[in-house]
Amino acid sequence: MSEFTRFINQSRLFSRDEEHRLKILKAISTYDDKVDQMKISQFRDWQQARGYASKIKQYVLDHLPTLLEEFEEKISARGAEVLWARDKKEAQKYFLDIAKRHQAKRVVKSKSMTTEEIEFNELCEDNDIDVIESDLGELIVQLAGEKPYHIVTPAMHKSKAEIGHLFQESLGAPETDDAEELTMIAREHLRKTYVTSDIGVTGANFIVAHEGALVMTENEGNGRLTMSCPPVHIAIVGIEKVLPRLSDLSLFLPLLATSGTGQQVTGYNSIIKGPRQEGELDGPEKMYIILLDNGRSELYTKHEFRDILCCIRCGACLNACPVYRTIGGHTYHTPYQGPVGSVITPQFRGMNHWSHLSFASSLCAACSSVCPVHIDIHQLLLENRWEAHQEGKTGFSWNTGLKIWSWVMSSRGRLNTMSTLGHIVYRWFLPFLSRSKRKRIPKIPKRSFEKLWNDYEQQI
Amino acid sequence: MVSLFIPCLVDQIYPEIGIDMAKCLDYFGYQIVYDRQQTCCGQPAFNAGHRDEARKVATKFIDVFKSSDVIVCPSGSCTAMVKNYYPLLFSDHSLLDTVQELGTKVFEFSEFLISENLVQKIQGSYSGKVGFHNSCHSQRELGIDLEPQKILQKIDDLELIQPQGESVCCGFGGLFSFKFDEISAAMARTRLEMFTSLGVDTIVTNDPGCLMHMRQESIARHYELKLLHLTELLAQALKL
Repeated sequence: MSEFTRFINQSRLFSRDEEHRLKILKAISTYDDKVDQMKISQFRDWQQARGYASKIKQYVLDHLPTLLEEFEEKISARGAEVLWARDKKEAQKYFLDIAKRHQAKRVVKSKSMTTEEIEFNELCEDNDIDVIESDLGELIVQLAGEKPYHIVTPAMHKSKAEIGHLFQESLGAPETDDAEELTMIAREHLRKTYVTSDIGVTGANFIVAHEGALVMTENEGNGRLTMSCPPVHIAIVGIEKVLPRLSDLSLFLPLLATSGTGQQVTGYNSIIKGPRQEGELDGPEKMYIILLDNGRSELYTKHEFRDILCCIRCGACLNACPVYRTIGGHTYHTPYQGPVGSVITPQFRGMNHWSHLSFASSLCAACSSVCPVHIDIHQLLLENRWEAHQEGKTGFSWNTGLKIWSWVMSSRGRLNTMSTLGHIVYRWFLPFLSRSKRKRIPKIPKRSFEKLWNDYEQQI
Repeated sequence: MVSLFIPCLVDQIYPEIGIDMAKCLDYFGYQIVYDRQQTCCGQPAFNAGHRDEARKVATKFIDVFKSSDVIVCPSGSCTAMVKNYYPLLFSDHSLLDTVQELGTKVFEFSEFLISENLVQKIQGSYSGKVGFHNSCHSQRELGIDLEPQKILQKIDDLELIQPQGESVCCGFGGLFSFKFDEISAAMARTRLEMFTSLGVDTIVTNDPGCLMHMRQESIARHYELKLLHLTELLAQALKL
């Protein structure tokens, strides 16, 4: 089945699923309330904060190569090893080499979208390495045999009762739908794995060039344990995640927390500047940072798409998107869903199979209006559509249809002829349509405005 | 002298919206011109990624309107196309200067009434519980926020009831509603229910696209709702 057919089928199912729609709307409206409140209570001027964040990210784009090199130099000086992965394959190879070197049998992993991007869990399964998700949401989807539903809240689509049932079945826990009890079950299951794992794998929310640091924000403390308990820490990070200086976090941490979850800052914020240093009591003995390109450099060279590399993966555009709210995260069938996913997936994976995502938007611009770093996401969807058309991926019927349309619309005479013809076709064919189809078609009047104007003009 | 910019959807499907807009402008004392050579702004092709086709239709639009003083349109979306996207469409083109100037002369209907301080002149009544649906392009592309509501608030007997927060898309999106019809229809239901849950009996919008989409969904799903364009409601209230 093609990705497009798959998308259409799934989106139809979800569009009809009233229960799903209400569940997601409820989850997102709680989020909306918190975000609205936080924007006012935490920022004197949210719009100005967005503008400032966008300026910093633009600076990063202007200096990306040198900032990345500075990061490598600084963090390497403290014993971390930086590896540059051109694509998914190279990132996978780096990981397998490290796993082999350290004879790893078990890996604990915190939430990271780059690991989704390189299909990390599948890679481990194929190579007989146990991989355990330590983020509660990720653990839930892993146990359910699913993919993350949302880049920030992977199990947004699961009710507490569903999670309770899942824990009962897969972990043998007593059934409950109490949030605190559920968290305790997960904690008990996970605590052991931190000390028995050979490698801890994480992503990063930011990497800081000037001070050579890795920054992780989270709410469960699992990320901190994942990177510090096992003897080896691997961070897999997209090359666009750089910030120039540590002081930039004073804006970006609250910005990300506000847009991501409606919090002032997240519960745990870790700044890591390397593996365990001499004389230190804890932390991993070895630390590797895999800097993942996987299509980002190519986007970087496209002037009109460069801005999307400012994205800090807060998920605000997903929550704001009325299409995402209707069809849910799994319908996209990509690691990155919603508006940002619809921009980058066709760019990363090719228009051939993925251009439909750029068209599956009403261009309402809610995404652009909530983006904390001011990316005009909906305009990038338009750019994707234009690129898809240039690459010949818009299909014969649309191409022909719009050619004829533009021929008709560039002459009033031709439009009038088509209008008369159209009205006749409408009158003749309407009775052949089913009742429900007929209701979907508006009544087409016999006389267009251009014709009615004659009568009206005489009245005034 | 005000030039009427009649979107293709109004021209072909809802001519009464255009007539009502003309009546309202006449009521406020404006001289109106309508150039019958106009067809469409080209947005359907532009949004579908067919920029050459869009440019062809837009060139026709520019030709019709280039010497107008003020252009008023009953659609935020079509206005935004001319104002915000023509400069992109003609970025490497000899018409760029003309297009940029054109952008400063085109106004969405409610935006025009507010900028001309005409709200004080409204004297009319409409009895009903009215909710206003701001089109996405009017809100986010043109930055029109409370202007239409100010117009509605001036009408006697009209009880304005608004869902909280920014406007949410009705799901129309032009060709999107054909290509992804079920997503689009579900989005319309979500939007309609934001109003029905508050007891609204009339939804007013400033875009013929949103109007058509919500109206058909409302008919198909038997919602007890009246859907009107802002120009229609105003003409009714002013008894034009």
